[in-house]
Amino acid sequence: MRDFATLFTRVDQTTRTNAKVAALAEFFATAAPQDRLWCIALFSGRRPRRVITTTTLREWAAERAGIPLWLFEESYPVVGDLAETISLVLPPATTEEDHPLSHWIDRLAALSQAEDDSRKAGILAAWDSMERTERLLFTKLLTGGFRVGLSQKLMTRALAQATGQDEAALTHKLMGSWTPRTTSWEALIEADDPGADLSRPYPFYLAHQKEPDADLGPVTDWFAERKWDGIRGQLILRGGSHHLWSRGEELMTDRFPELARLIDYLPAGTVLDGEVLAFSDEAPLPFNALQKRIGRKTVPKRLLAENPVILMAYDLLEDAGRDIRHLPFAERRTRLAELVATAPPGAPLRLSPEVTAADWAGLAAERARSRAVNAEGLMLKRRDSPYLAGRKRGDWWKWKVDPLTIDAVMIYAQAGSGRRATLFTDFTFAVRDGAALVPFTKAYSGLTDAEFRQITAWVRKNTLQRFGPVRQVTPEHVFEIAFEGIQTSPRHKSGVALRFPRMSRWRRDKPVSEANTLDDLRAMLDAYG
Amino acid sequence: MANVLTFTDRGIYCPAGDFHIDPWRPVDRALITHGHADHARPGMGRYLSTEAAAPVIRHRLGDIALDTVRYGEGRRIGGAQVSFHPAGHVPGSAQIRVEVAGEVWVASGDYKVVDDGLSEPFEPVRCHAFITECTFGLPVFNWTPLPELRAQINAWWSANAAEGRPSILGAYSLGKAQRLLHDLDPAIGPILTHGAIENTNAVLRGQGLSLPDTTLVTPDTRAKDHPGAMVLAPPSALGSAWARRFAGASTAFASGWMALRGVRRRRAADRGFIVSDHADWRGLNSAIAATGAERIFVTHGYTSVFRRWLSEQGYDAAIVETDYSGESLDAPDDPEAA
Repeated sequence: MRDFATLFTRVDQTTRTNAKVAALAEFFATAAPQDRLWCIALFSGRRPRRVITTTTLREWAAERAGIPLWLFEESYPVVGDLAETISLVLPPATTEEDHPLSHWIDRLAALSQAEDDSRKAGILAAWDSMERTERLLFTKLLTGGFRVGLSQKLMTRALAQATGQDEAALTHKLMGSWTPRTTSWEALIEADDPGADLSRPYPFYLAHQKEPDADLGPVTDWFAERKWDGIRGQLILRGGSHHLWSRGEELMTDRFPELARLIDYLPAGTVLDGEVLAFSDEAPLPFNALQKRIGRKTVPKRLLAENPVILMAYDLLEDAGRDIRHLPFAERRTRLAELVATAPPGAPLRLSPEVTAADWAGLAAERARSRAVNAEGLMLKRRDSPYLAGRKRGDWWKWKVDPLTIDAVMIYAQAGSGRRATLFTDFTFAVRDGAALVPFTKAYSGLTDAEFRQITAWVRKNTLQRFGPVRQVTPEHVFEIAFEGIQTSPRHKSGVALRFPRMSRWRRDKPVSEANTLDDLRAMLDAYG
Repeated sequence: MANVLTFTDRGIYCPAGDFHIDPWRPVDRALITHGHADHARPGMGRYLSTEAAAPVIRHRLGDIALDTVRYGEGRRIGGAQVSFHPAGHVPGSAQIRVEVAGEVWVASGDYKVVDDGLSEPFEPVRCHAFITECTFGLPVFNWTPLPELRAQINAWWSANAAEGRPSILGAYSLGKAQRLLHDLDPAIGPILTHGAIENTNAVLRGQGLSLPDTTLVTPDTRAKDHPGAMVLAPPSALGSAWARRFAGASTAFASGWMALRGVRRRRAADRGFIVSDHADWRGLNSAIAATGAERIFVTHGYTSVFRRWLSEQGYDAAIVETDYSGESLDAPDDPEAA
């Protein structure tokens, strides 16, 4: 695994994108085919299954390091990464062996089947034979997490460089449900038939947020529709079967069984981009209706009846087995409308309605009413735009409604992880209720690095009490919390749950006495919940 | 038995000798372990330090009443017998041994046990009570062995020079910068320095320390006149307007905190070299064991964790609140850069 460790080190120790891509491209050009395949898999979120619980792993690492478990636990939040903490506390390697990456992954698979004793012996022996970076990577594989600060996009770019293939075509080839055990380098990368896999989705086209004062030219160049508040999905109907993919390349077919009926209504060789929405009486239900369906691999009948879903169709990517992503949006949309019209009224399929206005002010007014129709805002699509791969500027924009905000008091702080280790970045906020402070949300993002450093120094000096990694701090600082939605929640003390809460401003101008109250929060729940 | 040293809101105090060690508020008589700003402060009536630490302390604090001793030389102050012993932290740094009626306490200031080749190597002092820092008092901090560290830094510099890029290395102006200078291979290229570092270099050269030749960066300095240069600067200078003259440079920090990948990535430098003038986990433990002390006082760093660890190892350990800062983590504002 030394070559993979060297690759990781080269990528990790530069901030220059080109240098990262060059290191990866070199790996793709020189490593064994099976190692290349695993490298692609790891950097596209296809991790081997977790072999062992992290609790057990911590115990073994502490034991091997000769330190008590509590000391390991105290060290972990400082480092902010479990695998790294383990790699740092273990004594230096005692033997030197070099096996390829794929050898270690096979070894992990074998260990996951082994008895506890031999599993432990196997893992300790592996640690003993590795230098620190190899150990870090191996332990990351053990814990089933492999986020190391290298995006799939960079990996794909390097792969394009190494193979001389087109980046978008490669992105498409890497989609779907393959693993290094079910395919080969030859079949996945070298073969020239992206349609070979019936379930393979197209890369999603993602939009950037429109700048508030962006000049997009004549409004007639643009198609506008609601940005529905559900789960973006790609429905694939090919060869008599159907597959539903999430934007995160997760297969959701079995979670939404009602969509299976669409096989009967639409021709094979159809791929739709749309939004999975809980939907009743010709209107979308609030997001929390859909929330009840997420995370359930199988769905009880009652839930199916109470929270039925549909696909709100945005776009047509494949028509009669033909990839039509290069066609102008207007043409794809016309064809999409024809297809949707062939389905009977009871089918779980709708065409996302066009939102029309005579000018930009009219569209802005439509955007302002988004919450009333359970939408997040508008989507703007240039009428002549092709369907691109990934997040691209120019042809598509999301134009989200302004977030809701509330001023809240920080009462607890916790250190972040990864890049934010040793910084206090995770906070709990409260609203006032008479003399009391009622916690109602956590937030982790929205401040600048400089602000996080300031607040970290302040937290260190103003800790009232420690509960493990959590510090209760003097209620002194007020932050404006922005969020996208609010709903009742029996699981939260305050009785509400926010969607996407983040810190939008540090209100240094406001004393605690001017923070919002529980009554204010309830009023928002009544208005927007 | 009475305590040889006590802990006050002005600093560590010796009642028998009526003096303070590294006080942070004005007192009459201050014994100073070393010249870093959190240990040697202005406003004291009289100062006492090692001969080797004196030039830097004078340079920083100006015209002060400063008396000096040699390492190991005994001094009687009131009812206390005092001597200074190498701490290995920076050139001239000392642990201060205080003996009263046969009871020996040692205030170690900041220290490291690794011989950096420049500072007087750390010398264990037997004592009954030992006052120690624990900036890096967690088992995740284990420093890169010196030969390996030197190879890493010089390899990075060579590779940059070969690509035609300057190398900018961020390091504290007193101690860290000079020990790195000592580790650099001048055959690779010219070495340039920021003013804050060059000032300290001049003081240390003046007292006879041998450092490689360096060129001060001035407003007229242009990167292309110094191809393949290594530029040493305080951490706060990286990313500042000052650093902009070295366009396309590869940047690195040298600090114990670079052992943590998260911190390294947050600093957004190309490289992080794991090197500190403070003791690492093993260093702290070996230094404490070598004193033979039963009572341990921990000052700055991961105090509550380290105290608990020491207690479990059988020491009588306690935490002392001080104003010392150790090696600062995120504050890029280096007090010495001003």
